[in-house]
Amino acid sequence: MDLKYSPTARPTDEERAAVDDLLGPPESGWDGGDGRDGDTLRWARGGRAARDRRDLLLPGLHALNDRIGWLSPGALDYLCRRLTVPPAEAYGVATFYSLFSVAPRPATVLRVCTDLACAAKGSAEVCAGLERELGPAGTPSEGAVWQPSPCLGLCERAPAALAVRAGTPAPATAVVAPATPGTAAAAARAPQDAAPEPYAEEAVPQAGSPGLVLLRQVGTVDPASLDDYRAHGGYAALRRAFALGPAGVIREVTEAGLVGRGGAAFPTGRKWDATARQPDHPHYLICNADESEPGTFKDRVLMEGDPYALVEAMTIAGYATGAHHGYLYLRGEYPRALARIQYAIDQARARGLLGDDVLGQGYAFDIEIRRGAGAYICGEETAIFNSIEGQRGEPRSKPPFPVEKGLFGKPTAVNNVETLVNVLSILERGAAAYAATGTEGSTGTKLFCVSGAVARPGIYELPFGVTLGGLLETAGGCTGTPRAVLLGGTAGGFVRPDELDIPLTFEGTRAAGTTLGSGVVMVLDETVDLPRILLRIAEFFRDESCGQCVPCRVGTVRQEEALLRIKDRTGAAAADDIALLREVGRAMRDASICGLGQTAWNAVESAIDRLGVYQ
Amino acid sequence: MTAVPLQPPRRLIEFTLDGEAVRVPEGATILDACRAAGKDVPTLCQGDTLTPKNACRVCVVEVEGARTLAPACSRRAEPGMAVRTDTERARHSRKVVLELLASSVDLSTTPRAEEWIKEYEAKPERFGAEAARMNEAPKVDNDRYVRDYDKCILCYKCVDACGEQWQNTFAIAVAGRGFDARIAAEQDAALPDSACVYCGNCIEVCPTGALSFKSEFDLRAAGEWDEERQAETTTVCAYCGVGCNLTLHVQDNEIVKVTSPHDNPVTHGNLCIKGRFGYQHVQNRD
Repeated sequence: MDLKYSPTARPTDEERAAVDDLLGPPESGWDGGDGRDGDTLRWARGGRAARDRRDLLLPGLHALNDRIGWLSPGALDYLCRRLTVPPAEAYGVATFYSLFSVAPRPATVLRVCTDLACAAKGSAEVCAGLERELGPAGTPSEGAVWQPSPCLGLCERAPAALAVRAGTPAPATAVVAPATPGTAAAAARAPQDAAPEPYAEEAVPQAGSPGLVLLRQVGTVDPASLDDYRAHGGYAALRRAFALGPAGVIREVTEAGLVGRGGAAFPTGRKWDATARQPDHPHYLICNADESEPGTFKDRVLMEGDPYALVEAMTIAGYATGAHHGYLYLRGEYPRALARIQYAIDQARARGLLGDDVLGQGYAFDIEIRRGAGAYICGEETAIFNSIEGQRGEPRSKPPFPVEKGLFGKPTAVNNVETLVNVLSILERGAAAYAATGTEGSTGTKLFCVSGAVARPGIYELPFGVTLGGLLETAGGCTGTPRAVLLGGTAGGFVRPDELDIPLTFEGTRAAGTTLGSGVVMVLDETVDLPRILLRIAEFFRDESCGQCVPCRVGTVRQEEALLRIKDRTGAAAADDIALLREVGRAMRDASICGLGQTAWNAVESAIDRLGVYQ
Repeated sequence: MTAVPLQPPRRLIEFTLDGEAVRVPEGATILDACRAAGKDVPTLCQGDTLTPKNACRVCVVEVEGARTLAPACSRRAEPGMAVRTDTERARHSRKVVLELLASSVDLSTTPRAEEWIKEYEAKPERFGAEAARMNEAPKVDNDRYVRDYDKCILCYKCVDACGEQWQNTFAIAVAGRGFDARIAAEQDAALPDSACVYCGNCIEVCPTGALSFKSEFDLRAAGEWDEERQAETTTVCAYCGVGCNLTLHVQDNEIVKVTSPHDNPVTHGNLCIKGRFGYQHVQNRD
């Protein structure tokens, strides 16, 4: 590889410092330092050792974006020199993520969620107000720029906005939710002065009530205190895991019937077993915390409210699967979860709960946080590998499956945050006690992200088997006349308000022709313009398609175009386009590489067939 | 002495292809089996010298028991699997993929595109006149080759050929995301400012004519490009001792493009700038 760097683009001192703070100073002219002379003149460095650091590309881009606010040609070129990355590839990676910009922009960026839950709660007014206060979206004003954004995962406090001001030593962030044009504009002007966020437990209306399993510590345990976590029974599950041994842990998890909570509902025990059995080493564990499904915010609440639980659960998962290195791939739009989890990991490491000798048991395990940068697709289990490896976050084709060839081509177990936290209660109480809750096909409890037209939106934990109506009753019932309920997010489907007896289990929703997905339950009342909601869903998929395969790259565009044509039409006037949508949707479902394209038509289809939107 | 790497004999795998038992060596793809059985499965992003990226999805087939269709170009044959290449479901996806491509990309120089569109009864015009297209003007920034991304289906073959699979130059990559993704050098720079070494191995693998010799581009623009009038002569490159094969495409006694046979055991169709573009002295008649 004979790379050609820019002869003219130079980093500023600040950009150089941002990169060097992450990577350390360059050793010689071979990796971005000044000149090649003396000892280094004839000593070519780089090669494999440098290429092995490719996975630091994304953290490097974050370091620049955090401090400068955008990625200048000089900064990108310097980062490439430091990591021996081809500049064209780094440019391809930088332009893949929506949080980055390769064009100059102000240090402060305000993102206003215009996705489903926020649209139903007045994000359009926030945007209109911001146009008056700060000018049109995308136009710099007063050192800031605002732009519409896909779901920010703050649906219980919709409408939401997130301001980030790049700077040293760390960027200032402000979460504004519920937002008004005034508070959003103020956050854009001075994010450091924004009012603090409410406690995480305020997203959990059931907080403190008995019977909670996954959420029992949210609001009762200090999320910053490892001592408090341990005083409430923390790390008992890890001790039990060490007593059982890796095979014993996998047996318990399998017997408990735990299945993945990210949306695919794959049996966790089987995944762990398959990973643990792989002869190839090292094994990796990845916690998928790239929660980006519109309407989903459960993982954020878990990480903000009970971060040590996730650290402990990841340690157990690593132990069971034979991994010594765990990656926590965290959504880039979750500043508070990042701070809390990072602090929890640091504390656990300082106290010997992570590191070379966890709990004195001779097992080495550590966790590294990798931040996403605004790409829904990176929540796909193989796209996450490419993203961590410093490539564009495009999904890989399966087979080979992750348990065989995952991160860095090694056996990898990828689990969602909620899935992992379930493991604690399985080990604490035993598989049988865990499986006694829920139904035969769906054991345990489930977190539901309830938003939209309900009296008390938030995260609810209920045993599998509760009906949709039962859940909405727990959430205080609907406000207004319900028109539709979206289950499972944009990749899920709509159901009618007369279908509230659907049991919320994997098998129950499947039998009803819908899905639990990631646990989204979004109630839309009659004031909502459904064709516009569908258009927003189509826009989301078009925006988030990685562009790799044709059915999804072009199909999502054609889907949006057709929905735009029929947004004010019904009956025969819409029939041709609906037929077209069905044909394109079927090809997307059948022929796309990954779940994004395969599910991009689900919600629209259900709205047409179940809700009769265009009749 | 030349060391010849010996491979253990490959096991044969038996599976069912369109109801008939077929046997292929272990590691063969469904596409390999289809071609061996004389079945014509359309392909675009698949290349004989590259690892399949399976991005175009025009070769999808139905594998019994699978939730989705499988790309024949990259799915390896497994013992006992039952594959159907011509079901209504597979044909539907191929038809829609062809429609999606033809409605967004200029397929006029893609070999066989027209034939497949007819065969699958694809109607790209049904997305309407307003349907979004690539809308790219040809990039003519050097006198060797032209990048006409209005014809690009983003198959990744040029990126793979430029990068780790062949040339190791890494001058181009996919930039942007989704429908806005484009093949680009860093900062979308012109080729002379990029790392491009003009080996032209990207042109060699381009399945749509998006990448073409400047000479071909100019002749096409003038309406004078005529493959019927062209002779192809395979010879040996005279520049160095490697001895790469060159296939000279000659129209009206002028070399109009240079390719290289993909079955050459040493170079697999790859050349360097000299072999690919350094032919002017041949036609210097002064």
